[in-house]
Amino acid sequence: MKSGIASMTEPEIRLPDAEQLVVSSSPHFHCGNSVAKIMLLVILALLPACLVAVYYFGVAAFRVLTLCMLFCVGTEALCSKLMKRPLEINDFSALLTGLLLGMNLPPGTPSWICLVGSLIAIGIGKMAYGGMGQNPFNPALVGRVALLVSFPQAMNTWQIPGMDSVSGATPLQELGMLQQKALAGDSAELNEFLQNIPYGDYMLGNMGGSLGEACALALILGGIFLIVIRVVRWQIPVFMIATVAVCSTLAWLAKPDLCAPPQFHLLSGGLILGAFFMATDPVTSPMSRLGAILFAIGCGLIVCAIRFWGNYPEGISFAILVMNAMTPLLDKVTMRKPFGTQKKAVKNA
Amino acid sequence: MSLFKVFKNGLWQENPVFVLMLGMCPTLAVTSSAKNALGMGIATSLVLAGSNFVVSCCRKFIPDQVRIPCYIVIIAAFVTMVEQLMQAYAPPELNQTLGIFIPLIVVNCIVLGRAEAFASKNGSIASCLDGLGMGLGFTIALLILGGLRELIADGSLFELQLIENWQGIYLFKTATGAFFTLGFILAVRNHHKAKRRRKEGLGYEPPKEPICLSCNICKLGK
Repeated sequence: MKSGIASMTEPEIRLPDAEQLVVSSSPHFHCGNSVAKIMLLVILALLPACLVAVYYFGVAAFRVLTLCMLFCVGTEALCSKLMKRPLEINDFSALLTGLLLGMNLPPGTPSWICLVGSLIAIGIGKMAYGGMGQNPFNPALVGRVALLVSFPQAMNTWQIPGMDSVSGATPLQELGMLQQKALAGDSAELNEFLQNIPYGDYMLGNMGGSLGEACALALILGGIFLIVIRVVRWQIPVFMIATVAVCSTLAWLAKPDLCAPPQFHLLSGGLILGAFFMATDPVTSPMSRLGAILFAIGCGLIVCAIRFWGNYPEGISFAILVMNAMTPLLDKVTMRKPFGTQKKAVKNA
Repeated sequence: MSLFKVFKNGLWQENPVFVLMLGMCPTLAVTSSAKNALGMGIATSLVLAGSNFVVSCCRKFIPDQVRIPCYIVIIAAFVTMVEQLMQAYAPPELNQTLGIFIPLIVVNCIVLGRAEAFASKNGSIASCLDGLGMGLGFTIALLILGGLRELIADGSLFELQLIENWQGIYLFKTATGAFFTLGFILAVRNHHKAKRRRKEGLGYEPPKEPICLSCNICKLGK
């Protein structure tokens, strides 16, 4: 509170000299990491999936991705100028937000929708909260959900890869429609759909969906790369995917003729993209390991609830946003007790 | 304080929505279009003026211990009158959209707030003017919110199409859009206030007592 008032009275936030802050005797090493480096690594990990998207959807995909990145960086620059803050677009976080936003959109998204999405993602999702590191919600997902609520029609026109002007349903949408039909008594189409699920196509990305939902294989490779170089923690993706797997297996075992098998739920939709690249955002996920695990399980449960019972065919973005809101609570609950303090003393404090 | 000042107070200086932050529920719920906002604003103004007047007239013989129930009875009487008037004379579709929010004016904190803070201490004419001013301020605030939201969502104002072929942003029809719009209006207002104070050589004035009643985040861990 105090610092908030101070920063309001003075136009600039004054920090002590960098040299004053370094108190050192033994040799310390800087690990060489910086925000810019981490962001670049994540972008690098996303590149294979982008290439696959461009391969399947052609120039349309390239256009959406570049426009989103351009608009996001532009919005950040504009907001920094309006807010009289130092320009921080060279940390690449706005670039990454733009890329993730683009990967969450259907390939045929009109340019002006990309612009509105970027304005909401960076302007409201990030800069309104105070910029880098202050946002409670993942900016790219804020942008995507705002677009999904605002323009349901444009956001639900999916192209079938390879065919430019043909639009069709995503696998999850198709499943939802067929399930409704089956509940009404006509289960022949559902049976046929369930027996001929083309897992190979899903793995390689040959299906309708947003740009980043397409190629599971490229996303998994990128995600594993990030985990190996320790940019993201393994707990969140692993527990999130495992929760979805367990829930969908249970549902499938209970009603094998109505529910899709677990591998369908893992490969279709944005689960892989969300689990590896969006739930793991260090700003909006809990800091402690236990917190991260609870966060991931919560995401998985909400995803399953939305997929099984919800109006929307897909719920990754909603699930991650809801759990983003829980992050401060999870951090508080899973905070480690200082060594040596007694339980009672902590309670009374 | 002169009577004109009492009246002017509610318009901007102590605007119930933008400054006192009272009556948020109808503010966010019924401002999806300028027309709804205007209807709600007028209904609330009538209740405010009437209840403030009667409360002020009765202030001498209402016992202090039971004053709140008494105020509520007076307010509820006026709300019932306004509700029946609206059912008789207001356009039916306006009645339909405002629906439950008209009876709920009874629990609008502006009405009770003004009865408690102003009408119970001041003369009847001043109280009536205060109610009118506050009501007008409330109406203006709702109109700004409702107009902006309708413009962004439908490209129209009072159902008059201003922008042809506007691809509406549906988000602004929902309560989320109301929060966004209100937040940005407040931010702009605070920005101007801070700028003015800086020009006068004064610093930013933080709220004197941060009101923590509705937010318990800092107590969660304890």
